[in-house]
Amino acid sequence: MTEVRNEETVEKTTVSVTIDGVAFEANPGELIIEAAERAGVYIPRFCYHPRMEPVGVCRMCLVEVSGPRGLSLQPSCYLRVVEGQEILTNSEKARKAQEGVLELLLTNHPLDCPVCDKGGECPLQDQAMAHGPGETRFIEEKRHWAKPIEIGPLVALDRERCIQCSRCTRFAADVAGEALIDFAFRGAEIEVAPFPLEPFSSYFSGNTVQICPVGALTAQPYRFKSRPWDLEQAESTCEGCAVGCRTVAQSSAGALVRYLGVDVDGVNRSWLCDKGRFGHEAVHAANRLSAPLLLREGALTESTWSEAISFAAAAIADAIRDHGAESVAVIGGARLTNEDAYAFAKLAKSIIGTDSVDAQLGDGLPAELVLGLPRATINSAALAKAVLVLGTDLREELPVLYLRLRGAAMAKEATTVIDVTPVTTSLAAFATTVNYLPGDLARTVALVADLPGAEGFGLDETQLSAARRALADSGIAADGSGLVVVAGRGDLGESAEVVSSALLSLHHALPGARFLPALRRANVHGALDMGLAPGLLPGRVDLDAGGDLIANGWNAVPRARGRDAITTLRAAADGEIKVLITLGADLVADVPDRALVREALAKVSTLVTVATHDDATVRVANVVLPVAGEAERSGTVTNLEGRVAPTTQKVVPPGTAWPAWIVASEIARRLGADLGFADFAAISHEISVAAGVYRGLSLGSARVEARREGVIVPLSNTPVTIATRRLDPMATPGITSVTEQGAQMTTGRTEEAAVEALIAPVSTAALLDHFGEPSIVFAPKVDAYTHRLSVRRALYDQGTLVQSSASMAPLAAPLIAQLHPQSLAALGVSDGGVVRLRSSRGSIDVTVRANAALDRRLVVIPARAELDGAVGAFDLIDAAEFAIDVQLESI
Amino acid sequence: MAHLSAENLDRARRLVAVYPKSRSALIPLCHLAQSQDGYLTEEAMVDIAELTGVTAAEVRGTATFYDMLHTEPVGDYVIAMCTNIACLLGGAYELLEHAEGRLGVHIGQTTADGNFTIEEAECLAACDTAPCVQVNHRFFGPLDGAGFDRLIDDLTAGRLVDQVPRHGVLNRVERTVGLLTENESEARA
Amino acid sequence: MITNADPIITRRIAFEDSYTIERYLATGGYEGLRRALTMTPEAVAEEVNKASLLGRGGAGFPAGRKWSMLRQAPTSYLVVNGDESEPATFKDHLLIERDPHQIIEGSLITAYAIGASQIFIFCRGEFALGLERLQAACNEAYAYGAIGKNIFGAGFSIDLVIHPGAGAYICGEETALLESLEGKRGFPRIKPPFFPAVNGLYGQPTVVNNIETMSNIPWIILNGGDAFAALGTGASTGTRLFALSGRVKRPGWYELEMSKTTFRDLIFDPSLGGGIIDDGTIKAFIPGGVSAPWFGPDQLDLGLDQEAVGKAGSMLGSGSVVVMDDTTCVVRAAWRITRFFHRESCGQCTPCREGGTWLEQIMRRIEEGGGRESDLDLLMDVCDNIAPGVSWPPQQTTICVLGPSIPSSIASAIRMFRDEFLAHIEAGCCPMGGAR
Ligand SMILES: Cc1cc2nc3c(=O)[nH]c(=O)nc-3n(C[C@H](O)[C@H](O)[C@H](O)COP(=O)(O)O)c2cc1C
Ligand code: SF4
Ligand code: FES
Repeated sequence: MTEVRNEETVEKTTVSVTIDGVAFEANPGELIIEAAERAGVYIPRFCYHPRMEPVGVCRMCLVEVSGPRGLSLQPSCYLRVVEGQEILTNSEKARKAQEGVLELLLTNHPLDCPVCDKGGECPLQDQAMAHGPGETRFIEEKRHWAKPIEIGPLVALDRERCIQCSRCTRFAADVAGEALIDFAFRGAEIEVAPFPLEPFSSYFSGNTVQICPVGALTAQPYRFKSRPWDLEQAESTCEGCAVGCRTVAQSSAGALVRYLGVDVDGVNRSWLCDKGRFGHEAVHAANRLSAPLLLREGALTESTWSEAISFAAAAIADAIRDHGAESVAVIGGARLTNEDAYAFAKLAKSIIGTDSVDAQLGDGLPAELVLGLPRATINSAALAKAVLVLGTDLREELPVLYLRLRGAAMAKEATTVIDVTPVTTSLAAFATTVNYLPGDLARTVALVADLPGAEGFGLDETQLSAARRALADSGIAADGSGLVVVAGRGDLGESAEVVSSALLSLHHALPGARFLPALRRANVHGALDMGLAPGLLPGRVDLDAGGDLIANGWNAVPRARGRDAITTLRAAADGEIKVLITLGADLVADVPDRALVREALAKVSTLVTVATHDDATVRVANVVLPVAGEAERSGTVTNLEGRVAPTTQKVVPPGTAWPAWIVASEIARRLGADLGFADFAAISHEISVAAGVYRGLSLGSARVEARREGVIVPLSNTPVTIATRRLDPMATPGITSVTEQGAQMTTGRTEEAAVEALIAPVSTAALLDHFGEPSIVFAPKVDAYTHRLSVRRALYDQGTLVQSSASMAPLAAPLIAQLHPQSLAALGVSDGGVVRLRSSRGSIDVTVRANAALDRRLVVIPARAELDGAVGAFDLIDAAEFAIDVQLESI
Repeated sequence: MAHLSAENLDRARRLVAVYPKSRSALIPLCHLAQSQDGYLTEEAMVDIAELTGVTAAEVRGTATFYDMLHTEPVGDYVIAMCTNIACLLGGAYELLEHAEGRLGVHIGQTTADGNFTIEEAECLAACDTAPCVQVNHRFFGPLDGAGFDRLIDDLTAGRLVDQVPRHGVLNRVERTVGLLTENESEARA
Repeated sequence: MITNADPIITRRIAFEDSYTIERYLATGGYEGLRRALTMTPEAVAEEVNKASLLGRGGAGFPAGRKWSMLRQAPTSYLVVNGDESEPATFKDHLLIERDPHQIIEGSLITAYAIGASQIFIFCRGEFALGLERLQAACNEAYAYGAIGKNIFGAGFSIDLVIHPGAGAYICGEETALLESLEGKRGFPRIKPPFFPAVNGLYGQPTVVNNIETMSNIPWIILNGGDAFAALGTGASTGTRLFALSGRVKRPGWYELEMSKTTFRDLIFDPSLGGGIIDDGTIKAFIPGGVSAPWFGPDQLDLGLDQEAVGKAGSMLGSGSVVVMDDTTCVVRAAWRITRFFHRESCGQCTPCREGGTWLEQIMRRIEEGGGRESDLDLLMDVCDNIAPGVSWPPQQTTICVLGPSIPSSIASAIRMFRDEFLAHIEAGCCPMGGAR
């Protein structure tokens, strides 16, 4: 049979339906419930969640739909629109069905709303008030279960309240990929349950609480903390890591009680990780600094701001006078807002005149590389043909990026994910894994991506050829278009030089590839963008491009490139740094070369710490300047995509803590200079007129404020359309029911707004000139008597943020070294015994665990697993080495 | 015993190999584990999770959906007493009452000596022999009170060991042929 | 008067050793498969089409039509539904224990006709003996060369797996069965797609057929579809295995030519049901499994015919007939059936999970004497929330038809025996006392 095709037929791009008698043009393949919503008709629902596959089980959304056999009741969350369809959401039959389902859901639901966390923001309660019958016809006995049981460290379950919508179990299995909870039993007995021997300890467990449409799942940190009607909220950006998930911060009586995820298409799609979600606990922790401290007679004692600032300024002035501006250095800033970072960059580079400024702590990548490589977005990575992840266990470092990549890998048109990593990571469930020894990343990548000059050197051939095949079959173009590379410092046992070498080689050979930096500290990208890096000025430009700044209030820009964090510390150890200013950075704990830090701090004359929490570095400072942190000040932050989004003040800082930019201004003033900022808006304005890729953009401009999605810099010349998703009150029940303040919450229909870039885009590619021709570097071979150190980050660690949060502190990974059982046997040490690890830098004694999946030459040890005074991985690391080799000794 | 024995692990791997996807072996593996311990131990569920590539929560969640799979210990003989329509019409509830009296336990309970557990069953598809019961999934019926007492006596005296294996032993005939060759099962994996 | 053809699927059952391959081969076993392998798959399917064999699992969908819907794909499956758990149904149980080779042969022929790449026989877990017989038969058939590589040298290869269930009525529903076979909870899949032929086991095209349906296939191939279609009338062709139980003297299974026998014959004929126990009076009967609405004595003269029963407002369903007599408390009977559905609901859908639970509670309360007159309206209204209109065939607010099956017996009992309900309510107990 020949196919007859009518050339005249114009492809219709919409589907015509009628909804309650009104004609509507729906999108092809759209769910009826979504089409109705866009048409302004809200259909009640419980099991449907806009970010999960529909299952149609609760039956709340039944509507009458026309089909070949006339009208019938159908779940509108599951059925998709069909041309000519008639949809009745409000017919007598549809209403009876919906009311029937509601009544049935209530038959076994306890009437404990007054003591239920969800009471007041409960969709079931709301539905019952709106549509339910006044009185109950149910006189039988309700089902009874033991009241809330702890199903995980952060989540409690009240089974009596569960309406079996399966949102939580589907989230765990389908979105997070860890089905640690599942339905158990059958029919009326169904309960959500973890396995008795395995609690629901997922990094994403809090999402199940957020999407539970009733009060069955509650978050341990929030239980009984507040009632919805006492809450105030502000839309903000999570400062837990560099993904920058959109949140609302909710407070009650002046204290933060809850963060919830907001649905933005570009970033978190309503999900959060538990570290971000419960991070608000650290804001009100007991170790917050609330007054300036000065070291007097060997002890840090409270002082006035005036004394403290004078002291710091005097030390700086003396140093400049006696030793030159480069004897003053600044380290840190990745936890500041962009505006705060800008103020400190201006203080350092324009007023003090030093370029030895670095927001990274020796655990990052060269700023020129991060800012110079062509950047991907999270969405573009999720839509890429292939994603190459280098070294980083994304679930541990950038959890929601992990969720997004997992989603991409599980999608129908799946993204190929290749994980090049010393230790098999959480990505292994959906990625092709290639294992290598720290120090070998660049030459491993060269082999996987078939880069010029790649040479074999004894990798696992099966793994390697599988990865090469996966990449070749993924559909990326010859120039690398369609490939996204995600890389940071996933293994601190491997130096930045090795990672840089890998990235530069990839960029050189595959110019079409895009990069997503996996640096994890919340606003590290914003800090680099604001010039908190040697050789750079605000706006991703180098020192030669200071003209705009000079024209806009800068005194000067440094002439020569200064030192990065590690070289600063080396210079300090050599006695060349007189004043060291830290910005929210705990050098003692966080720099992966602790011996170097100790030497440096011992030699520095004055240590000025600008900080939020008491930590090991604060304790050895000469002057401590407490500042407002997360949720205590408004501003913008920039995530790993370069997405600028507002972070919003919700509570007041403790004691007399100041916003950080005021500290910078005041120091400048005592130095006899003026940063020129009368208020916060002035900084914003200056950034928007003077700071390279940030020109045209400021918090003050509606552009950032009104866009839930934020705006990605550099702005392009072409107008972009950003859809602002309507918040589904059922997907985010706690958000839509609470008083709205701060940045505006959209709860109407989808809005689309054009953001027009007014400024010609600034190219940042020239920053890569800093590096010259790429070459592949690697560490020397491990000999038979040594082991290679792999230092991995865990989401819950001994860092200040986790340890300041009561709920998360106990979850921190212990200091345990993992070794292949044969290595243990050779040592004569049993699993669980103690081994001494000795590097050129020092030695530590650690408990060991056998792990047969490891390379026999590896020792894997967590970064940041030490508490005060204790030892850890950073005692073994020499920042000068490509990789760290250790000797094992039994003791 | 808790984890699957070496022999049963071997059986388990052969069961997994029969299916195009390993999760399909989940229920057969639960039966296997029950044949070992009489019920599904937590350790066995962990083993099954590993063998089928799911989480232990999913194994337990799946197993508890099914009436035949027990996650708590039961008696050596589980007596499933049908009370559904045909047996009801034949006097099943009267028989059930008799059984509770004879054994001194209620539905869902196990006798103190650990010999018998009684359960109320749905239709066992033996309605022509109503009221009927199953002992470890072997049929007996029609039964009256006296017949039930005889059955208990026979079981206690060990006169039915050939007919009624220990609880959990379902299918004593193993698949002996038709296994995929090793290459084929590898190709599938 | 009973006109009965020779049995088709139970012809071997009289033999003690009917389940062995020796007896099977001695009685024409695997001849159908040999014949089929000389035909093209299309020709085999055409015979079954001509036979107009209706599925014997309950829904009565023509097997030939189901096969022709199978999407062509490199991998497809045949899954045989041996989960038989519909109360009062025990025909597949018989066929599994007594003639497993016939099922296997029928399945092999079917797999050949539809081009399946693997066969799974899903056998109800409680049929321990049946599972052993099926597995033994499978082993024998492999050894005999009827299963496996290059069957009978005809170039056709296939593997057959006996898969045990684990006790859940809902796994008889074909999509729940597939989920269960995938190692999951037996949650019926939401429709569309309506047929496993589109999206079945592991998402591949799949045909699910009942044990009895499969058992008919060898005969059809050997004797021709026309011979099968010549039996019965209209759409109801061939014979059917009826399971008779309840208050009759001779409960049991009877293979009868379709349409030619009436319910009265089945229940009262001395060679069949033999009449009511103690020569009592028949009060009501369920014509096709407990999902079906009940009939009263006035419908006894209906033929055992799918269409006729359907027109009269019920269904032949799984072919099981349950008889209630004047010693039966209909409230108790309807309660017990409701309790069954309440216990067997998979629990996905709110109307079925909560509605079934509520209905069971109300029914129990009435039976135990705590009923109120308003309960009768309430029962009907809750039924209406599960099956809007409470009519036949039911409309539904649920994913599968277990939910809308719940109202059948309640609505039947209330409509037919309202007085008995009122008597319970008035007396504050069951007026029949120890009635069964
Ligand atoms: C709740 C429910 C239970 C069922 N139970 C069975 C069963 O036990 N056995 C069976 O063969 N079909 C059962 N069915 C019907 C199957 O879904 C399916 O229609 C049948 O297996 C197809 O085979 P057939 O076309 O050969 O009849 C059930 C259906 C429902 C809705
Ligand atoms: S109707 Fe009942 S048995 Fe069927 S899918 Fe829904 S809850 Fe499960
Ligand atoms: S069935 Fe549609 S929202 Fe639950």
